[in-house]
Amino acid sequence: MTTEQHTIGHVHRDDIGSRMGMWLFLFTELLLFGGMFFLYSVYRFMNVEAFHVAAKELNTLIGCFNTAILLTSSLTMALSITAIQKDNKNLSIFFQVVTIVLALGFMVNKYFEWTAKIDHGLFPGSETMLGLEQGEILFFGLYYVMTGLHGLHVIIGAVLIGVMTRLTIKGVINKDSFVKLESAGLYWHLVDIIWIFLFPLFYLIT
Amino acid sequence: MSSDAITIDVNGKEPSYLEYKGKGRGLKSWIFSTDHKRIGILYLVSLIFFYAFGVLFGFLMRLELIAPGRTIMDPQTYNQIFTLHGVIMIFLFVIPGIPAVFGNFFLPILIGAKDVAFPRINLLSWWLFAVGGVLAILSILLPGGSADTGWTFYVPYSVRTGTNVIFTLMAAFILGFSSILTGLNFITTVHRLRAPGMSWFKMPLSIWSLYATGWVQVLATPIIGITLLLVAIERWFGVGLFDPALGGDPVLFQHLFWIYSHPAVYIMILPAMGVISEVIPVFARRTIFGYKFIAFSSIGIALFGSLVWAHHMFTAGMSDTGQFVFSILTFLVAIPSAIKVFNWTATLYKGSIELGPPLYYALGFIFLFSIGGLTGLFQGTLAINIQVHDTSFIVAHFHYVMFGGTGFGIFTAMHYWFPKMFGRMYNHKVAKIAFWFLFIGFNLLYFPMFIMGWLGMPRRYYDYLPEYHIYHLISTIGSWVLITGLIIMFTNLIRSIKKGKEVKEMNVWGGETLEWHIPTPPPLENFEHIPTITEGPYEYKENEEPQLEEKH
Repeated sequence: MTTEQHTIGHVHRDDIGSRMGMWLFLFTELLLFGGMFFLYSVYRFMNVEAFHVAAKELNTLIGCFNTAILLTSSLTMALSITAIQKDNKNLSIFFQVVTIVLALGFMVNKYFEWTAKIDHGLFPGSETMLGLEQGEILFFGLYYVMTGLHGLHVIIGAVLIGVMTRLTIKGVINKDSFVKLESAGLYWHLVDIIWIFLFPLFYLIT
Repeated sequence: MSSDAITIDVNGKEPSYLEYKGKGRGLKSWIFSTDHKRIGILYLVSLIFFYAFGVLFGFLMRLELIAPGRTIMDPQTYNQIFTLHGVIMIFLFVIPGIPAVFGNFFLPILIGAKDVAFPRINLLSWWLFAVGGVLAILSILLPGGSADTGWTFYVPYSVRTGTNVIFTLMAAFILGFSSILTGLNFITTVHRLRAPGMSWFKMPLSIWSLYATGWVQVLATPIIGITLLLVAIERWFGVGLFDPALGGDPVLFQHLFWIYSHPAVYIMILPAMGVISEVIPVFARRTIFGYKFIAFSSIGIALFGSLVWAHHMFTAGMSDTGQFVFSILTFLVAIPSAIKVFNWTATLYKGSIELGPPLYYALGFIFLFSIGGLTGLFQGTLAINIQVHDTSFIVAHFHYVMFGGTGFGIFTAMHYWFPKMFGRMYNHKVAKIAFWFLFIGFNLLYFPMFIMGWLGMPRRYYDYLPEYHIYHLISTIGSWVLITGLIIMFTNLIRSIKKGKEVKEMNVWGGETLEWHIPTPPPLENFEHIPTITEGPYEYKENEEPQLEEKH
């Protein structure tokens, strides 16, 4: 028997497959938040008055500001993908960094917003909170949990884009292979769109 | 990208996945391998490990119930033991059982692919599985003890009990994530990596059921993820979400819980049905009866199964209309399940049946699953549901479906694919003896539960009235017979990995699906050349030649 050499390992690349996987993952994220939106709608239905009163506590101005920030960041994210498609690496990196900065800006705002609430004694388990009506307790519980979990997603998204920036600098993401950046972009738009629902539900419908 | 390409010298033959070690050595060549076959084996080993725990807890529980009053443990320990039994068996054995082990190993092979679509995510899902499993077991050792809520984690008790519910919740959350990643991977793989010529209706039926399962995993699991996370947040921070003292609604928790957990039973049973659909035609030596019906019934089960969750809550407070609708939907799910059973039996009819060990287990599946399924219809009836709700009738029913169904499905798969996976054959006679122990032990263990449940024995009770004694006694004796069967079966299989008769031929059982047309054990990349498929998966011919056209 002759001895010959076998090469093991093959290059497998399937951009459509990657995109499909990402979309499936986004479905699961939507359902994850869906569970909470479901809770919100049932509890709102059960406590219309209390939700109305409690929502007045929230600062609509900060909410608006944050909405603007996130919408802009979605724009810069999309621009960074277009830039890489047009082979403009530096511009793409620039837009990715802007997206991350905007994400951080969102979190800073969130920090001030939450601290202000906590300073007023409005946090789960506090005396002020327990003194409120049950519907209001539910409202603030949902407010903290839903915006908190959304905030976590913003942080994850920002880290993800950070990794993409690194890959772009290294040239792994380039004009011919940008599906990773695209997927990160999809994730970022999801984070954005969830906020677009959170914002009116908590801040605007009072 | 040649950095990943590794050249090794194997005398002109492509190495099998067992020989090829990759970059690591020893254990590392397994726990960091992205080869779907190695990941399948990893799952198999971890699954058997956790299963041993689950069986042990079940055994202890039955031992406690052998006589009224205290036998070997106090009530608190009993509550923790049945919780652990449930959590381990459901999240660590039955749910991942077939998809994670045999799905990982055989899905790519059966559709003519070299691997799944996302091999690294596949490995990640095993790691998550391992972490989740360890968390669940770890909770026993920590002060406070393991959870005593039952695997359902109903609030408000799960928010108030002093035991380590957080650990169990987090374990279930992480395991759910692992399950989602597996489902996502399989869906994408089936869509993108089928071999040329393999149209949807040329896919083996097990692929149909894994595909349907994948969708349920992806769409239902996030709901339980968030629900369990919310209970954890409620415990950690005292946020009012479900606790009625803070305005929450515990029934809402039940809805959210069952929106996942009912579809989850289809995550458990569908892949097992797929395995049976593979085994029956091979051992009846004829093409499957009603291919399209079986294929569509998988999708039908996934679809209807997602809409029946509230039948777990008929006594929890629901409108009459709601009860009515959920009852009807529950009956509807029985149709696709029955279609499968009828088609399997029709396949056997006038076949040249060869009673190999896998067929024993497959027939056991059909028999036990039918009993489990039919008693499920009892419970779907509103009036009877109130009579048997929360009694051991329910326990018997879901053990007939989950153990008699999925459990026996896993055993079928083990015996069917064992020679292909390890290149060795187990002792057929011992496998058949083990089957009879399992089958008789199983019925002794669970059938009395139907009777005493009907008579009013509540489930999860530590103590009982003397008139139930005889049933409990028979049931406990049954558990010993069953465990004897398990020991015989696993000893036979595990021993054969090293000492069994070596299998060199490609096609041990004479199957027509693709795994039987590649070397045993499968080479690293499954196929030297990706085959082009020209015929359906169950076209038996007189003169059996592999029908692979090679494509270069």
